[in-house]
Amino acid sequence: MTKYILNRLFHSTLVMFTISFIVFFIMFKAGDPVELMLPPDATQQDVVEMRAALGLDKSFIVQYQKFLSNVAEGNLGNSFIYGQPALDIVFERLPATMELAVIAMIVSILLGIPLGIISSIKPNSILSRIIMFFSLAGISVPVFWTGMILVLIFSVILGVLPSSGRGEVYLFTSAFTWDGIKHLIMPVITLSVFQLALILRLTRTGMMEVLMQDYIKLASAKGVPRKVIVYYHALKNTLIPLITVIGIQFGQLVAFTIVTETIFAWPGTGKLIIDSIQNLDRPIVVAYLLVISFIFVAINFIVDVLYTFIDPRVRV
Amino acid sequence: MALLEVNNLKTHFFTRNGVVKSVDGISFSIEKGEILGIVGESGAGKSITGFSMLGLIDSPGKIVEGEILFDGVDLAQKSEEYLQKIRGNEIAMIFQDPQTSLNPVISIGEQLMEAILYHNKKASKKEAYKASVDILKLVGLPAAEKRMSSYPHQLSGGMKQRIVIAMALLNNPKLLIADEPTTALDVTIQAQILYLMKKLSKDFESSLILITHDIAVVSQLCDKIAVMYAGRIVEYGKKEDIIFNPKHPYTKGLIECLPKLDDNKERLYQIPGIMPSLLGLPKGCYFKDRCEYADGECDVYPPEQEIDGRRIFCHKAK
Repeated sequence: MTKYILNRLFHSTLVMFTISFIVFFIMFKAGDPVELMLPPDATQQDVVEMRAALGLDKSFIVQYQKFLSNVAEGNLGNSFIYGQPALDIVFERLPATMELAVIAMIVSILLGIPLGIISSIKPNSILSRIIMFFSLAGISVPVFWTGMILVLIFSVILGVLPSSGRGEVYLFTSAFTWDGIKHLIMPVITLSVFQLALILRLTRTGMMEVLMQDYIKLASAKGVPRKVIVYYHALKNTLIPLITVIGIQFGQLVAFTIVTETIFAWPGTGKLIIDSIQNLDRPIVVAYLLVISFIFVAINFIVDVLYTFIDPRVRV
Repeated sequence: MALLEVNNLKTHFFTRNGVVKSVDGISFSIEKGEILGIVGESGAGKSITGFSMLGLIDSPGKIVEGEILFDGVDLAQKSEEYLQKIRGNEIAMIFQDPQTSLNPVISIGEQLMEAILYHNKKASKKEAYKASVDILKLVGLPAAEKRMSSYPHQLSGGMKQRIVIAMALLNNPKLLIADEPTTALDVTIQAQILYLMKKLSKDFESSLILITHDIAVVSQLCDKIAVMYAGRIVEYGKKEDIIFNPKHPYTKGLIECLPKLDDNKERLYQIPGIMPSLLGLPKGCYFKDRCEYADGECDVYPPEQEIDGRRIFCHKAK
């Protein structure tokens, strides 16, 4: 186990190192932030001074070396725009994004798995057909469309839900205040529609396959009640592939709340990264991507550990 | 009264391509402690017959006609709740492939114990555990206690089949249905498992229905034999009569097919042709296209006859 964890840590470090290099290189090539940062009437002298102050006058290799040695000290550099440590800015915005992603994922799992099971037991019933119709819609509709239609209906026409912002925040989250919840509803729906449909369809396919297996029939022949067979014997087998996908999708949710956050002006990392890319604020972009890849790596690790609890054939 | 009496049972599948009459009007009976062999080729309806006894026919299949009198109660008319109490308790089943019969993510112990706990609500977990270990020892599984916490992937095929048999015997069923219990096993293990089943059904005083395509197996174990072809029984009677004096051309063919160690024939006997599809059965006797005796008379399905103490469906049998 210890060896396994060390191995994983080594691999993860390698992954993150590679990511940092790629991002650093792309941002280096993307352009010069100084021109954007200074007022239009700044002199050539100002530009040169600013470049030197930010260390942008050095060659790529030198800049990257400097970055790496700073990273070794836990410093990802200061934002060009805000002047504060980039990591702090990312972490300041992260709770808002995590909140959105976690709640959307919980909603998707809590609705997706039961609906998937229901539609797998009697795949030809009317209820199953209705569920499958909506899940097909959910998987096909683009996120920005869902978001805008929701805003149109609930904010513009009905005027019952706020169209932007995070509302009142209590203990890192807006889920504990009524105002916060009202702000959460539409972004969460927007984010969960696809995930819900995906989890539902995967559950259904998995269950239909498992329910045809001999061991399910033998369990019936033993006199195990149908409910126990479906929700224990079959579901436990279906969960194995499902957990992998949920893990990957959760990483995706955290990384790609960008569209949703932009539509609802949600003050999370998605909006931060869009702004930072436009401003060529390299330290923030690099810090953000490193944090996101760390989250990805961590989720994958958790998924692997979860496996060992569900599938006796896997032992790390 | 017979323990199980099946009268004119019909189990049909309503598929998109038409009605598949997998089991089409079969009748047989088993006395207490008796062993009945159901023999036939793949697709003859043997397994469906077994599943029909337990009401385990999945949609689009359905028992459309007939009686399954078990201890005088017609199971074909009973509700799912009633059947659930019977399954694994009074009638237990053993499947063909031990590799797929056990749930891969649930421990052996739990899979055994639940068979007790769902039928006997008063049993404690401790009692169920002890009973499970005892039965594992009885079927000859080494290190029974240790096996309780094992998972299927840690065991060999023979061990798994012993566990499946143990599982079927847990509640001391009156009737055991074994669907090709040795087909997926090594020849060396096959004999052990068959002997074990015969011994256990005797010890437990259970009746046994042995479903197999292997007439050699049947000839070793059974008291009675039913030969099935294309969803119907073609010959049914005592083992001695049928093995040593087969009357139906199909039964004769099956016995001819067996390899004999003492002759040096280059090729084994084959019954010519294949069993017709259940969606395109010929008019008259289903076997006529493969039968060397067939003539115009066989264009009408043969009526039931009693010849030499067996029931037979053949115009040509004397």
